[in-house]
Amino acid sequence: MNTTIMLFLVQDGITNGAIYALLGLALVLVFAVTRVILIPQGEFVTYGALTYASLAAGQMPGTAKLALALGIGAFGFDLFVARKALHARLIVRSLITNVVLPAIVLALTLYFAAQKPPVAVCIALSLVIVAMIGLYLYRIAFQPLAHTSVLVLLIASVGVHLALQGLGLLFFGAEGQRGPTVLSGAFTAGALRFTGQSITVYAITIAFIVGLWLFFGLTLYGKALRATAVNRLGARLAGIRTTLSGQIAFLLASVIGALSGILIVPITTLYYDSGFLIGLKGFVAAIIGGLVSYPLTAVAALVVGIVEAFSSFYASNYKEVIVFMLLIPVLLLRSLAAPAVEEEKD
Amino acid sequence: MSALLSVTDAHVAYGKVEAVRSVSLEVGANEIVTIVGANGAGKTTLLSAIMGILPLKGRVAFAGQDLARLDIEDRVAMGLGLVPEHRELFVTMNVEDNLELGAFRIERSRAKASMERVYTLFPRLKERRKQLAGTLSGGEQQMLAMGRALMGEPKLLMLDEPSLGLAPIIVADIFRIVTELRAAGVSVLLVEQNAQAALKIADQAYVMELGEFVLSGKASDIAANERVAASYLGFQHEGESVI
Repeated sequence: MNTTIMLFLVQDGITNGAIYALLGLALVLVFAVTRVILIPQGEFVTYGALTYASLAAGQMPGTAKLALALGIGAFGFDLFVARKALHARLIVRSLITNVVLPAIVLALTLYFAAQKPPVAVCIALSLVIVAMIGLYLYRIAFQPLAHTSVLVLLIASVGVHLALQGLGLLFFGAEGQRGPTVLSGAFTAGALRFTGQSITVYAITIAFIVGLWLFFGLTLYGKALRATAVNRLGARLAGIRTTLSGQIAFLLASVIGALSGILIVPITTLYYDSGFLIGLKGFVAAIIGGLVSYPLTAVAALVVGIVEAFSSFYASNYKEVIVFMLLIPVLLLRSLAAPAVEEEKD
Repeated sequence: MSALLSVTDAHVAYGKVEAVRSVSLEVGANEIVTIVGANGAGKTTLLSAIMGILPLKGRVAFAGQDLARLDIEDRVAMGLGLVPEHRELFVTMNVEDNLELGAFRIERSRAKASMERVYTLFPRLKERRKQLAGTLSGGEQQMLAMGRALMGEPKLLMLDEPSLGLAPIIVADIFRIVTELRAAGVSVLLVEQNAQAALKIADQAYVMELGEFVLSGKASDIAANERVAASYLGFQHEGESVI
């Protein structure tokens, strides 16, 4: 085997692995806090990527409208739940976060889309739009089911995934898109060529992991999220609302998804349905991490990325098969190590 | 007299099985009230329902406000605290984080002072403040669970079997702290199988059997009651020696 090729593949694998790591961490986070296996994570990726690409191409992305529609839905849910004890403060707060905010963002998007905005504006708008979609989706699809079983939540999750994928086709069409690079330019070190984009991927992944680590370790809200994951009843008895923790988790997951999408769309052409497979690879990493361990998930994601890079070089037809086959020995080992499935406690 | 907590004609059911039937009780300010009874009498069920963990039929009022529409977190914010039987600690987090989260609804500046107070009550927790909650001994975990609940500045603290599975010397310590809480202005609703110890420190007492209160009154009167002595205090003695 040629060392240069090997280095190339490893480099490629690490770039992809970094993205899978971000997605895997988001999946672990959401599952730990809300018990939702977040299948639509992949849609956050495509929505982020394609919103960014559309904006950069001077087109109006439909996702901004979707955010407003979902926000109105979320507002309706809030009103319905509180119908017997409505008070002005609650209505105003819900109206601002669920309706006024997405309306402002929609107006900004309409304004900027007409004039091919700079990359920074495209990124900011895409992130905010997808973040809002994630937040409202939690309110509409998952918060009312929060007390149900993991299976019910999974079914809801699949439903949300299918709905978002269909809407993705409606918003972005069947053609793939590419976005402008965040950081152009490149340099070579020995045999390896580093593009600005891949450096950006590394830097943002590391920054996000460090940021999450600080958030969970040092801030009260981060600790509250961990507490909800460790012991839901204990958290409620401490006055921590599970809905608040769920909202933060979904917000983080959608931002992470959108960011991953924005990072890869300059490298790979993305279609409305590309997200599922990307999310699934993050999921493989999360499963290897047992859906609980953040460090294990990050390491597993790099392994997934590297295995994918090598298999696409040596057996490109089987690349996905080989990646997903990684799961089999892991699941086998895990089932041998822990014969009894722990009863879910609420 | 308006009580801090008043429960009127409460029923709690698991499906079709009524675990608590037509129970009424009151806890006044600066009072220790205990519910004693055998295992399975429905004591834990009653506390869980007062806290909002289980649905309750009947009326529960706290500090003059009906709790029917309020969820667990609202009740915590109002000053109702529960230390559950299984403690429900954040086992993978350290003692200090557990305490800090207990004051989630409290202003940060006040939380700091609260933590000092908890450390004064439980000096052991201060020694172990960087240790993971899951690695503490049973007694320390009980102290941490109480400390975490106290961080939320409750007006009424409900304790579910705080002495369960603990060494007698630690039990004595925990009961001493319960009386200190009363002195500090916190009312306590104490559920105990260890009737003897509970009746000794309580002001009022209720005896629960098969989901109903069969006796209630001043704790000292209940302790002197022959029937209670025969069925709980004597039994409790033997039970203790077995453990």
